[in-house]
Amino acid sequence: MMISDKPARPDKQVAIQVERPWLEAWNMFKKNRAAVAGLIILSSIIMISLLGPLAFPADPFAGAGPLLSPPGERGFLLGTDQQGRDILVGLLYGSQSTLMVGAAAAAITITIGILVGALAGYYRGWVEEVLLRITEFFQVLPPLLLAMVVVLLFSPSIVTISLAIGIVSWTSTARLVRAEFLRIRELDFVKAERAIGSRNARIIWTIILPNAAPPLIVSAALSVGVAILFEAGLAFLQLSDPNVMSWGYLISVNRPQILEAWWPVTFPGLAIFITVLSVSLIGDGLNDAFNPKLRQR
Amino acid sequence: MTALLEVNGLSVEFDLKDGTVSRVINDLNFSLTAGQTLGIVGESGCGKSMTALAIMGLVPMPPGRVADGVIALAGEDLLGASESRRREVRGNDVSMIFQEPMTSLNPVYTIGDQIGETVRLHQGLSRRDARERAVDMLRAVSIPAPEKRVDEYPHQLSGGMRQRVMIAMALACQPQVLIADEPTTALDVTVQAQIFDLLKELQEQTSSAIILITHDMGAIAEMAQRVVVMYAGRKVEEALVDEMLTNPKHPYTRGLIACVPHLEAKPSEERKVLTEIPGVVPSVAELGRGGCPFAPRCAEAMDRCHDEMPPEIIAAHDHKVACWMHVMAP
Repeated sequence: MMISDKPARPDKQVAIQVERPWLEAWNMFKKNRAAVAGLIILSSIIMISLLGPLAFPADPFAGAGPLLSPPGERGFLLGTDQQGRDILVGLLYGSQSTLMVGAAAAAITITIGILVGALAGYYRGWVEEVLLRITEFFQVLPPLLLAMVVVLLFSPSIVTISLAIGIVSWTSTARLVRAEFLRIRELDFVKAERAIGSRNARIIWTIILPNAAPPLIVSAALSVGVAILFEAGLAFLQLSDPNVMSWGYLISVNRPQILEAWWPVTFPGLAIFITVLSVSLIGDGLNDAFNPKLRQR
Repeated sequence: MTALLEVNGLSVEFDLKDGTVSRVINDLNFSLTAGQTLGIVGESGCGKSMTALAIMGLVPMPPGRVADGVIALAGEDLLGASESRRREVRGNDVSMIFQEPMTSLNPVYTIGDQIGETVRLHQGLSRRDARERAVDMLRAVSIPAPEKRVDEYPHQLSGGMRQRVMIAMALACQPQVLIADEPTTALDVTVQAQIFDLLKELQEQTSSAIILITHDMGAIAEMAQRVVVMYAGRKVEEALVDEMLTNPKHPYTRGLIACVPHLEAKPSEERKVLTEIPGVVPSVAELGRGGCPFAPRCAEAMDRCHDEMPPEIIAAHDHKVACWMHVMAP
């Protein structure tokens, strides 16, 4: 064979200059062991929530055996609750609504936050004044009370609960986006973008927003965790869709028996804990991945 | 030759926080023809960059506004044009290179995307054609392996390379006028010379007019045919470059030229003491008083200089200056 005139390419392990920023971010993310563990846990939870109900086709609300059967007995791995419902089946079905509300509420939070923050930070002036006052109005209202009001105004369902959580939690995202826009709009490449004749809409959405993405992605990941906790909290206050199983609902209905039977509240609580923890770990890893100060390590 | 770009009586005002209005550019006139390079010189804060922004239509409003004057490109009044027409002109007919190549490129897009974007915006090219144009432009600005570089991100390029990319972006639509706002200030001296050579070469090919904004008289001597010296928002002197360098009339121009260090041919020759202009450019708040704005710093100031603004007079053939020293006593 002929000898290549190019120097041998070093192995992928020693890649010093990475080709793509996203690849670089992924490499940083991989270095955070806890974040990778979080990613694996969350992926497993999502897989289980999708496949579990197929593996155990059952009505999660129907009694399946004796009341308050302890875990491991009579074929109920996680026991039954005060109505004889299988806790394992409840957890499997409940995971869907919990994850769905978490994702939908986070999406609403991020969408409102980006819209308000971007317009306020880019246009400044009276637009910023008005939007900031609205943001402050939402910030001073107690979030749980406001969410309860929203859910009670309409009937509790996955849609109204997601909306309620989104409406009460967008303010911090809006402030973050506004701060990023204030910083980035003064940078030279934004000036250069104006100098080639771009419209405002283009500058906002395709020039400044992608540059504000790193902290926004971290904040989005964390808001998923917050939304899941919020959903559980609302369900605990009996503000959940009565026709949809959720982890918060399981805790709520079994709370009176907590001294006689620990398992119907403990397992859903653990499920919430593990899910929120994995989301937080991922958020932490994303922070490492996108924080330029840490990149040089 | 008829003028390609004409700036006539341009004034730019800014509202200050205390409610007063400050004129940062005052009654500025100049013109340039196709293929010509006009140098605008002055210290920081003299209104050079604001002049560039006014031509681009990018004066930050509020607090700033173009208060008066005409800016005409090939006979078309730009100040009276609609915002959408101005956007068409920007980048297509008049484009601009900024001072800081390190921050003037968007870190999240490849350089090919950024060069191609200009032509897609103005000439409606397809993604593929725009990419081809980007490769051509990179080749034109002498970037090696342009087919490979086109997919790189700004952080993978050196400062000189980035300024070449900026030039490629600015010239992608073959503008009639290119405004270069201190294009080499942030670069090494050797790279500066390369960038100037590149600009000259591209100018010969495209016959664009260039406005070179700088505080470096050396750069002016190298690049420009005509020079406008600005001080505190006013034109104080204008002449062809040789005339300006050999026969400066205004004390401020003389000061700027004297500030440039000279290498003597023989080490034994006595070196001249490098002079400086005492004091600083007045801040915007201090402008607007009567008298020549340079008078407080001028070694040759007379009583009259502090009270009355000197008119612009023709001191020699094609050489204008605004200084009482050159006004004949009546």
